[in-house]
Amino acid sequence: MSDTPFVVVEGLHFSRGDTEIFRGVDMRIPRGRITAIMGPSGTGKTTLLKLIGGQLSPDAGRVTIDGEEVHRLSRKALFALRRRMGMLFQSGALFSDLSVFENVAFPLRVHTDLPDAMVRDLVLMKLEAVGLRGARELMPAELSGGMARRVALARAIALDPELILYDEPFVGQDPISMGVLVQLIKRLNQALGLTSIVVSHDIKETLTIADYVYVIADGQVMAHGTPESLDVDQDPRVSQFVHGEPDGPVPFHYPAVDYFKDILSAGGGR
Amino acid sequence: MIARVMRLGRRGCDLLEALGRAGIFVGQSAVGVPSREGWALWLRQMHFVGVLSLAIVLVSGLFIGMVLSLQGYTILVDFGAEQALGQMVALSLLRELAPVVAALLFAGRAGSALTAEIGLMKATEQLTSMEMIGVDPLRRVVAPRLWAGFVSLPLLTIGFSVVGIYGGYLVGVEWLGVFEGSYWGNMQASVAFIGDVGNGMVKSLVFAVVVTWIAVFQGYDLVPTSEGISRATTRTVVYSSLAVLGLDFVLTAVMFGGLS
Amino acid sequence: MKRSKMMELGVGLFMLAGILGLVFLGLRVSGLTFQAPGDSFRLEANFANIGGLKPRARVTMAGVTVGRVAAIELDTDWYDARVILELDGDLEGRLSRDTTAAILTAGLLGEQYIGLSVGGDPETLAAGDTIRDTQSAIVLEELIQQFVSNMVSD
Repeated sequence: MSDTPFVVVEGLHFSRGDTEIFRGVDMRIPRGRITAIMGPSGTGKTTLLKLIGGQLSPDAGRVTIDGEEVHRLSRKALFALRRRMGMLFQSGALFSDLSVFENVAFPLRVHTDLPDAMVRDLVLMKLEAVGLRGARELMPAELSGGMARRVALARAIALDPELILYDEPFVGQDPISMGVLVQLIKRLNQALGLTSIVVSHDIKETLTIADYVYVIADGQVMAHGTPESLDVDQDPRVSQFVHGEPDGPVPFHYPAVDYFKDILSAGGGR
Repeated sequence: MIARVMRLGRRGCDLLEALGRAGIFVGQSAVGVPSREGWALWLRQMHFVGVLSLAIVLVSGLFIGMVLSLQGYTILVDFGAEQALGQMVALSLLRELAPVVAALLFAGRAGSALTAEIGLMKATEQLTSMEMIGVDPLRRVVAPRLWAGFVSLPLLTIGFSVVGIYGGYLVGVEWLGVFEGSYWGNMQASVAFIGDVGNGMVKSLVFAVVVTWIAVFQGYDLVPTSEGISRATTRTVVYSSLAVLGLDFVLTAVMFGGLS
Repeated sequence: MKRSKMMELGVGLFMLAGILGLVFLGLRVSGLTFQAPGDSFRLEANFANIGGLKPRARVTMAGVTVGRVAAIELDTDWYDARVILELDGDLEGRLSRDTTAAILTAGLLGEQYIGLSVGGDPETLAAGDTIRDTQSAIVLEELIQQFVSNMVSD
């Protein structure tokens, strides 16, 4: 079962304007596991999630979710497929004009005809799972960043999806809420049997929960494997990234002319 | 030289493309039967766009009517024709000033707020997440705002005219001593309901469509950064003001210029 | 949900105010009246020159507005202007046959209107009849011309 991958990405090419973002990305994301996609900032990790979610179309290659090719689907079938997915956005993306309760209830109201009492029960269950049942009457503006992300997580799991995409879940969190989120993601995955894709560049946290890791750089998959195998990978680029060394094959300096020449060429303008 | 021509051509293509996007955008969002929930969303936007703009529009209308009356009196009294004051105030308000000034105020007050609000929703990924949940943001976010704008501005324009005519009455009759009967009588004799009130309403409806469209599209199409939002807000006010003034000339020429 | 009730009320008042405003513009500003067409009757009057008289101008009697000019057309039999007056139904059968109609001007540069004055004939005008005795508009240029030529001949 876990050997039939849930999401398959094959030969993905994508460019925005003149810059090529992906040049042939292949991935197999196993069912019921947490798969991390890591890489330096600016490598298009969020773009990859949008491609998987069907919000962007690739120039070439394809994305298959549970046997359905995402970019071949009609608009209606795509929306039906999205019901089986949840996505946690970097900023939380809570609807600022709805309360916490209504935010979590939103997918339920849109996609189901459940009576109000049942919607209420479901919402409270989801809020309980993220520990924010007491905050249901607050507006998103009154929440801290970590709480907003947990509410967004409750909303993402409101319809009991089979796949959750996490976009940078740990960015800008204090250590405590970071720990809370790490625990939540792991627990949800085990309790609900979800397939999770975590996009992140927070190496330490991600490696503790991921079952499998893809590292992308320069528009291609640079390395993949279990966290343990990546830790001892000999490829200098991989080890630089995994161990967080400041300089290495990925240079610390933005490309520039020689330092001394630049300093000595005073008077020659900027 | 060739490079310049090429650049011009590319700018032209970009402009056409943006126009096409805007057209498809309004087509997709404004068409369709609103659901029960749609009505509630529309009502909320009517409050935001219409009711909250009422104060600024009415106060401006009062002052413009008063100034119009004062200026008109000093000119008309030289010809001994101050009893035509009501006619002058009413016609200038109904035909020109109320639709145009109300539309400009509307662009500044409600239009910029619409752009900023939608832009913020885009920047904080609310629109994207709505799409991921499986709800079309054009239907849920854009359509109620468009329709609220279409309905609000004509109503605001009516309010502007009424208050302006009353302001003219206050200055002309109560203060400067024009005979009350001739203020209203001359007005009634010269204002045609279809020709003046009706055409003014048509103008304001056209302005409502244009201003709301520009505001909402600028918000939806902006670059989702804080700089992008502030630029788009400025663009909304500039573009809608230019569009209103330009269209006003065209509409005036067609309606009152004897071209028909 | 008290807030949303308030909001609904606000929007309702806003729309009601808009509609009332439109009614005000109709009745008070453009002088529309809800008179059934049967409540009025029409008379005709021929003038040699109507000056600046326009359709919808007032028709008065002793200064009281009793109707409006419904239409103005050229009478091709006599080559003068035929003005169709629409008068209050109350006056039907009350105006004597020798009623006169004059085109008057409100102030020096004001709006032109028609003034009616009744005579002493016991017979009365019925709907569709023509007022015979009319007085054309005073055209300022003609007056000045007369005045100047009188001065020269003196």
